[in-house]
Amino acid sequence: MANPSAVVQSEWTKIRSVRSTVWTLALALIVTVGLGALICAVINGTWNDRSVEEQATFDATAASFSAIVLGQLALIVFGVLIISSEYSTGMIRTSLAAVPQRGSFYGAKIAVAGALAFVVSMITSFLSFFIGQSLLGSHKTSIGDPGVLRAVFGAGLYMTLLVLFCIGVAGMLRSPMLGMSILMPFFFLVTPILSVVPKAKDVAKYFPDRAGQKIMQVVQTSDNHTSYGPWGGILIMALWVAAALLGGYLVLKKRDA
Amino acid sequence: MLASLATMIELQGLTKRYGDKTAVDHLTFTVRPGVVTGFLGPNGAGKSTTMRMVLGLDSPTSGDVRIDGRHYAQLSEPLKYIGALLDAKDVHGGRTAYNHLLCLAQSNRIPRHRVDEVLETVGLTAVAAKRSKGFSLGMGQRLGIAAALLGDPEILMFDEPVNGLDPEGIHWIRNLMKGLAAQGRTVFVSSHLMSEMALTAEHLIVIGRGRLLADTSMADFIQQNSRSFVRLRSPQPERLKDVMAAAGHTVVTAEDGAIEIQDGDAAELGTLAAQHQLVLHELSPQRASLEEAFMQLTADAVEYHAGGPTGSGPSDVGAVPQGVPAGQPPGQQQPPAQEWGAQWRNPDSRKGR
Repeated sequence: MANPSAVVQSEWTKIRSVRSTVWTLALALIVTVGLGALICAVINGTWNDRSVEEQATFDATAASFSAIVLGQLALIVFGVLIISSEYSTGMIRTSLAAVPQRGSFYGAKIAVAGALAFVVSMITSFLSFFIGQSLLGSHKTSIGDPGVLRAVFGAGLYMTLLVLFCIGVAGMLRSPMLGMSILMPFFFLVTPILSVVPKAKDVAKYFPDRAGQKIMQVVQTSDNHTSYGPWGGILIMALWVAAALLGGYLVLKKRDA
Repeated sequence: MLASLATMIELQGLTKRYGDKTAVDHLTFTVRPGVVTGFLGPNGAGKSTTMRMVLGLDSPTSGDVRIDGRHYAQLSEPLKYIGALLDAKDVHGGRTAYNHLLCLAQSNRIPRHRVDEVLETVGLTAVAAKRSKGFSLGMGQRLGIAAALLGDPEILMFDEPVNGLDPEGIHWIRNLMKGLAAQGRTVFVSSHLMSEMALTAEHLIVIGRGRLLADTSMADFIQQNSRSFVRLRSPQPERLKDVMAAAGHTVVTAEDGAIEIQDGDAAELGTLAAQHQLVLHELSPQRASLEEAFMQLTADAVEYHAGGPTGSGPSDVGAVPQGVPAGQPPGQQQPPAQEWGAQWRNPDSRKGR
């Protein structure tokens, strides 16, 4: 069998030697942190326009992650490109000729992309939190408050899992255009819309992003009530990720390259 | 790395079907070390599909292909056994030539200095830090060959390596392949041009519509498939014909009035003419081109012909003087070979995916 550390090293060289990796990850970080900070500043400036009820249920932690819904689009592009650029460029045939053990190839790719996504996601989430809180003035929360550290760490986890989910789905679709044109509208439009439509929202709760985002909430309201808790939500998302990655593996294993 | 004891590619009943279309049909042959083995067939004959199956990229519908007695996926660091260039475009254009080779080297634990060495070998050192999407066809081909050479493998496989190259590039690749074979390596190279094969290959495997048509040494192929004849010209053609016919030769008159005799050698026919005091303006041994022989061999295996008869009477234009078996100098295009089979397209050949 192929030497796992050699294949991981090779995948690391691949990931760091193309521009799209740097650009998509940098964009995800800048958009999430920057726009999140802006939103926090706006909330602080318009605090008195909010109703008493809104003020009472204000979730300062979640507020600093407001821009994730936009920043994650860049993460989707990153996850999709990791695997589908191999197909779109034809590199997949060169790669598999070098590492014919497809499981090793796929595993190394996921490990490297996942580890990189984890690091960038954690930096993004902690930066978002601290910068956001510093702009919320007197409405801020502290990392030491109950549930806050979990939410901040959870936000990083959510972004990492999202990348892994996209790798799996893109592995099944094998095309960057197809991958992005399905995943971007799904996470940016379909699940946010479905989650406010009566009845549909009971189903949408179990979609990977909806379930995973639960962990970022610190203040529970009747509005965002779910049958699962923060870790339960991450677990649901992790199951989606596992299914997607398995699907991607089976496609890679079975189909001609 | 193993010694070159059994550096062979062995195909056993290898078959690939796409739906009801059979791209590769029970191919059985062995590619041996020390010579360049040409893999010849018309476009869409199944050459690329066969090569993809050798590398384990496509899985066979039935049959088997082994390298050094093992399946490709059983090779733990395959680049050290077999280096292949299937399609020079199979690279990520956003990656530099150096990084492309580096990631391949790392996956097979090939030392980093080999990257510099192969870049030097193929002459790409100056553009090592350039992204490969800006490369010309020839540079891309060289990068693909560098990747194939990376692990210093005993077996090399090239799919149509000279396609689209300029004469200098073609010349370079031919010499490279011959040099690799001379080092005792196994070199397996595909082409749809007989003339190209005649210049590089010592052994020949011919397929058509996925089936094996010939597995022979190049010398035997030339011997058996190129029809040779003697061409005579005389101001007294009728008498010449009578004399030759009387001597038991089969005489054919060519369109331009020359006489062609298949069963005789030039010296004997010249003597015969002299004995009857016949003036000869031409007495030349001729050999039909290998391209013509290849076309005859694969004629049945071609689904649609390009129009016009492909039969070959002695007066066919494909005849060239003996002693130049390939019939063309390096890099020069031969129109009949280019056009032949041009209208034949196998919809399932999956070229250029």
